Amino acid sequence: MIYLDNSATTKPFPEVVDSFVTVATKYFGNPSSLHELGMKAEQLLTQSREQIAKSLGVKPSEIIFTSGGTEANNFAIKGVALTYRHRGNHIITTAIEHPSITEPCRQLEELGFDVSYLSVDKTGRVNIDELVKTIRDDTILVSIMHVNNEIGSIQPIEEIGQLLTQYPKILFHVDHVQGIGKVPLQFHKAHIDLCTMSAHKFHGLRGAGILYVRDGVRLSPLLAGGGQEMQRRSGTENVAAIVAMAKALRMSLEKYRERIAYLWDVKKTWIRELQAIPDIQVNTPLEHSAPHIINFSLNGLKSEVFVHELAKQDIFVSTTSACSSKKKAPSKTLLAMGADQKRAESAVRVSLSFENTLEEIPIAIRAMKEAIQKLQEVTR
Amino acid sequence: MKYDRILIRYGEMTTKGRNRNHFVVHLKRNIKRKLKRFPNIKIESMRDRMYILLNGEPHEDIIEQLKTVFGIHSFSLAMKCENDLEQIKATALAAVEQLPHKGKTFKVSAKRADKQFPFSSNELNYEIGSYILRNTDSLTVNVHEPDINVRVEVRKDGTYVTCRDIPGAGGLPVGTSGKAMLMLSGGIDSPVAGYLAMKRGLKIEAVHFFSPPFTSERAKQKVIDLVKKLTKFGGKIKLHIVPFTDIQQEIHKQVPDGYSLISSRRMMLKITDALRQKYNGLAIVTGESLGQVASQTLESMTVINDVTTTPILRPLVSMDKTEIIKIAKDIDTHDISILPYEDCCTIFTPSAPKTKPKKEKVIHYESFIDLTPLVEEAIANTETLVIDEQFATVDEFEQLF
Repeated sequence: MIYLDNSATTKPFPEVVDSFVTVATKYFGNPSSLHELGMKAEQLLTQSREQIAKSLGVKPSEIIFTSGGTEANNFAIKGVALTYRHRGNHIITTAIEHPSITEPCRQLEELGFDVSYLSVDKTGRVNIDELVKTIRDDTILVSIMHVNNEIGSIQPIEEIGQLLTQYPKILFHVDHVQGIGKVPLQFHKAHIDLCTMSAHKFHGLRGAGILYVRDGVRLSPLLAGGGQEMQRRSGTENVAAIVAMAKALRMSLEKYRERIAYLWDVKKTWIRELQAIPDIQVNTPLEHSAPHIINFSLNGLKSEVFVHELAKQDIFVSTTSACSSKKKAPSKTLLAMGADQKRAESAVRVSLSFENTLEEIPIAIRAMKEAIQKLQEVTR
Repeated sequence: MKYDRILIRYGEMTTKGRNRNHFVVHLKRNIKRKLKRFPNIKIESMRDRMYILLNGEPHEDIIEQLKTVFGIHSFSLAMKCENDLEQIKATALAAVEQLPHKGKTFKVSAKRADKQFPFSSNELNYEIGSYILRNTDSLTVNVHEPDINVRVEVRKDGTYVTCRDIPGAGGLPVGTSGKAMLMLSGGIDSPVAGYLAMKRGLKIEAVHFFSPPFTSERAKQKVIDLVKKLTKFGGKIKLHIVPFTDIQQEIHKQVPDGYSLISSRRMMLKITDALRQKYNGLAIVTGESLGQVASQTLESMTVINDVTTTPILRPLVSMDKTEIIKIAKDIDTHDISILPYEDCCTIFTPSAPKTKPKKEKVIHYESFIDLTPLVEEAIANTETLVIDEQFATVDEFEQLF
């Protein structure tokens, strides 16, 4: 099997699954219970929080565990909107965000909030000047993703954070789901107020995510109830998945240090090989892009059939992002980058992890060439 | 050119005479321990100041750590150069440029400790000031209230340039005043008392009274967490956990309600004193504040204190609760202290404890019970934990992370 869909989800590390199983069977108590078993669970939670905070260079009190990236993004957007609505009702985000950002924004628009969507250039990056022009007196939130999930472009988060320090009333949220463990981001240096991460994108398990909330930022809870997570996110904590996430994050960051250079080799080789295929247009720029995402178009061929064709050979890639692929819509990011309809509709994404190797490339490329040939015969 | 060292100014220790070295050695040891994570640094100590040579280690992290070391009055990032005017000017400029300086005001305060140096301090002020002015865009001079005070000190061994003083924790280096036992309940006050005791140079060992099943493992964990917070200031701290259930039940049975509280306090003090003797401490620190609760009236204190002649230090004695809470928040113990678990102070509390107890009466009531073997047993069964900043109670979790 050659798994090339790591931006959809990653294969959990076996050690991470072991931790999950141990915690789920041995320390299944509710962390809020007073007895021994509850206390063990609470200690596990505390230790996870401390370890994660340490590896991110922030305080434990700034880490809020959520059920995943979607909840964390919703919490950030809606929490800020509800808490700070007296300051204004203008939100700025980009045209290429994940649906878990754009949909909450759309919901807020129905409630009377005003949302501006920044455009991106041909390389999938926002323009700082445009951001400056879009900022208004009543802007309360700027939400920008670090690494784009479809084409892998990296936004200038540090520059934006630096710029926003001139607007003390604006909070800065970063969707770091695709970046964590692949593209380093220093929260303090980038002046980030809120930051989303999700465990299953770095070899953890589904059901656990993180919202970093800088000390001093108040957020009206999305889930009200028993007051877990420092009164900000109620619901019995998913201790097993959270412990597994702490371990997955530690291991991923270690992998990053050991293998990032190799991952770049793999990506560059991929791009070189893909560019050599006449019917393929590579959409991911080499500059300012993440080391693990390669997006290309099939010159109008149906990408869905292409994905199935490769799956027959046990090679797994995806059409656009997994979350949009069921809608059969053209790639939103590619359209925003100015690609034509045909190109946006036939996009395919290869997304890597540190487990992928150079040796896989010739096998996958051969399969791709065959698939293209087959498709061309059918469509003609 | 980058900041290559941190200059540390001593606090109150500078008033010491011939025994000053004792303080300096302690401070150096404490700093070294605190900065263990940074293997490349080198600490140079002198009679009146200390330098940490960074050797490439990140100064931001080191500054955060230094803020918790007692005995430091203030410290500054510094650069050193040779006693040469051109070099001094360049170094001073580099020092300013590393700070956010756009649109700010500055002044130069030169000091010429090395009188062999050919320029007087006034000449130096002028030379360096005008050099900085010429080579920056938006910096202006303000000698009365400058945003940046560029301090230049020409000493025999070289010239030091610093721009910003960061206040230290003050006090005396932990360990220079000897060792005391801290009675730690888990409430808001006792950790603050421990903190203040350490600030005056005491090394502390904590004593906690544990009454299972009336107080839970969670109460114990809470105390461990509190001690862990204190280790930030005092290095490793020993925590003695004394089983107290039997004594408390015995007192509850024999001593009338109004006096049971006083009596158990007396026993706690007695046991703490015995532990103090065992571990060579010289005093006992408590979080008592005068008049706060029934056991803290002067009458109660007298009766409780009667079991020992060891000095009992009460750093909070004159403080209001609000002041104590403020410190507790600053040292990060407040949120742990307010967790709602029963502890040795809250359980067995009579509904109407005496606020003016009589010593004779307590002694009379206690005469019906033979507490000595119980006290001895409690001391023998005391569990001692050595806690440091990385302390994790449960090793069984190690594989999980």
